[in-house]
Amino acid sequence: MANVDDVGWARRSMARVVAPAQPRKLVKVPFVELADGRLQGVVSSGSDTGRVYVSSITANTHAYHCSTNNNRPCGGLRGAPCKHLETLADEAVLQYGFDRVARYLRVEPDVAVNTGAALLHSLDARHEPSSAAVVFSRFLRHLSYLEVPGSTTALPELHWFPSTRTAR
Amino acid sequence: MRGTQIAALTADHPAGLTDALNLVADVDAALTRGLARVGDEDAAALAGLAGAVATTPLANLVAEAVDKIIAGLGTQEYVAALAGARSAVLGAVHDALLGQVDVALGRSRAPWVPIPAAVPGAVSPALAGARAWLSEVAVAGWRGVDHELVAGAGSVVEATLAVPELRRLAVLLDGLAAELRACVPVAMMSQVPQRRWADLWSRGVLLAQDTAAGDAALSVTERVSGRLLPLAVDVHEHDTAVQFQVHALLEPADGGSTRLVRTAVGAAKVDSIVGPALWRLLPAQPVLLAALAQRRGVLVADVPIRGADVHWHDDRAQLDEPVDPFAAARVLLPDALAAAPHPLDRHPAGIAEPVLIEGYAVTDQEGGLTVELDGHRIAVAVDRLPSCGPLTPELVAASSACLGLLRWDAGRWLLQPVAVQATVKRKIVAVHTGDWACGVTDAKVAKADAKAGDAVTVLRERAGRLLRR
Repeated sequence: MANVDDVGWARRSMARVVAPAQPRKLVKVPFVELADGRLQGVVSSGSDTGRVYVSSITANTHAYHCSTNNNRPCGGLRGAPCKHLETLADEAVLQYGFDRVARYLRVEPDVAVNTGAALLHSLDARHEPSSAAVVFSRFLRHLSYLEVPGSTTALPELHWFPSTRTAR
Repeated sequence: MRGTQIAALTADHPAGLTDALNLVADVDAALTRGLARVGDEDAAALAGLAGAVATTPLANLVAEAVDKIIAGLGTQEYVAALAGARSAVLGAVHDALLGQVDVALGRSRAPWVPIPAAVPGAVSPALAGARAWLSEVAVAGWRGVDHELVAGAGSVVEATLAVPELRRLAVLLDGLAAELRACVPVAMMSQVPQRRWADLWSRGVLLAQDTAAGDAALSVTERVSGRLLPLAVDVHEHDTAVQFQVHALLEPADGGSTRLVRTAVGAAKVDSIVGPALWRLLPAQPVLLAALAQRRGVLVADVPIRGADVHWHDDRAQLDEPVDPFAAARVLLPDALAAAPHPLDRHPAGIAEPVLIEGYAVTDQEGGLTVELDGHRIAVAVDRLPSCGPLTPELVAASSACLGLLRWDAGRWLLQPVAVQATVKRKIVAVHTGDWACGVTDAKVAKADAKAGDAVTVLRERAGRLLRR
């Protein structure tokens, strides 16, 4: 009999592909993601509850930008990443883990670098304005999931996605 | 569950299982390389699949599709036939495995009762979009999936999510697309999870057919009243969806025999809502949550049921007396009547059979836990302990009784614990997955949870401020 008892990851229906996000406080950074080739997200303004900053760092080129959702540039950008970008990077590390963030940005950081902000400052990064609209609309789309009504009939396909407490 | 019953499951595979799985593995490899250019090896795999269904009603359809695909014509209808054939083979595997469970446990199972398929409604643009994207993926192959192809899933997910009848497809596609997004460019991966992705892909193709929505399990002809005794709750989640599936015994009010049923409630979510916060996504199901947290029975009145699936109506449910799930399982589970699943849902990954197992020893070997009873062993699916409940690998290791779900993956049976009786500080405690349904009961965890803040509330506040401007 062929060895079906000892088959690899590729033959598992329940192979773990992505680690679940780790819990973090969402007040300062309600949204962070690794998508579209960027580490990007939304940082709440400390002074105005109606205002948010949209911050992003591109993988590979490490071009960064931060602006309000109305495209007004962040005043904190003075030749270096602002505090919003630092906070975003720190929260990304909490949510995804340091290694995954570094890998996504395509950097191999020094062993002494272990926080998101430190990772950001270790990059040969440069400022390059980009539109906040794409990221902000992804954030709104993200929030819109909370408006989707719940279901009371079975979704059998979710058996492929067991909840897990172990980091995958 | 007795030692001899474990032995009946683990001693041998059902006849033909290995051949069927090898066939599927070859088809999965073809889907990994893509259908754009089918090489000799993959052509043989596809021909093998056509051969496997040659004595079924799918025979002609699949034979033609495979010929066309090998000739380089990977159009949607041929790709759909391929997905159908792969699903049929795994459906047969499912049936053989479930048959093995029923024989081992002496479990009776009512057959599926078909009802006439609904006439397909108007052509759905959301379904057409899903079919197009899934075909594109099959032609490119997993190895060919890039940023652009993954980005293409976005509009498909959005369109399907907007149609309540297509929730299953939307949730599947969103989960699959998130995994692909995290893995692109897939060509750079050392190994591709090809069984898993081909499973999701095939199911997606079937759900994206116009006829699928008409015969969703939503169509119901039977209604029941009676007492539900919850045994266990199984939790499923990916970034944007969570589902709590409660396995329960149903004592029909008309005095019929006890049925083994399940009921599921779910919610959409975002990736940053994890852990005990998941329970807070179900504000409309207070009776179900209280029944889980307080381990109470529930009286249900005139609720729809199809097969084993009770459609949950919180307003037709009423809390009843406390019930010890272990006692209920000990007395009623052995003779409860199970039900076969919907034909579309026949896949080994869907097998989740409740069992009670007592008086065993737990050993920790090769990095995993194994339960041993009378010299017979079954591995514990420790990675299926959910993030929102109190059940930990340590409690399982210290346990002597377990309510679990029998699972099967990659050639072996696994026990997924959903409740245990364990010795903690020389006292026997019962710990259930659903214990925190109405809030965390462990002071230490509750403190940490409070410190992290209420993710759901924070995001709702942000949504309220930013979404409607």
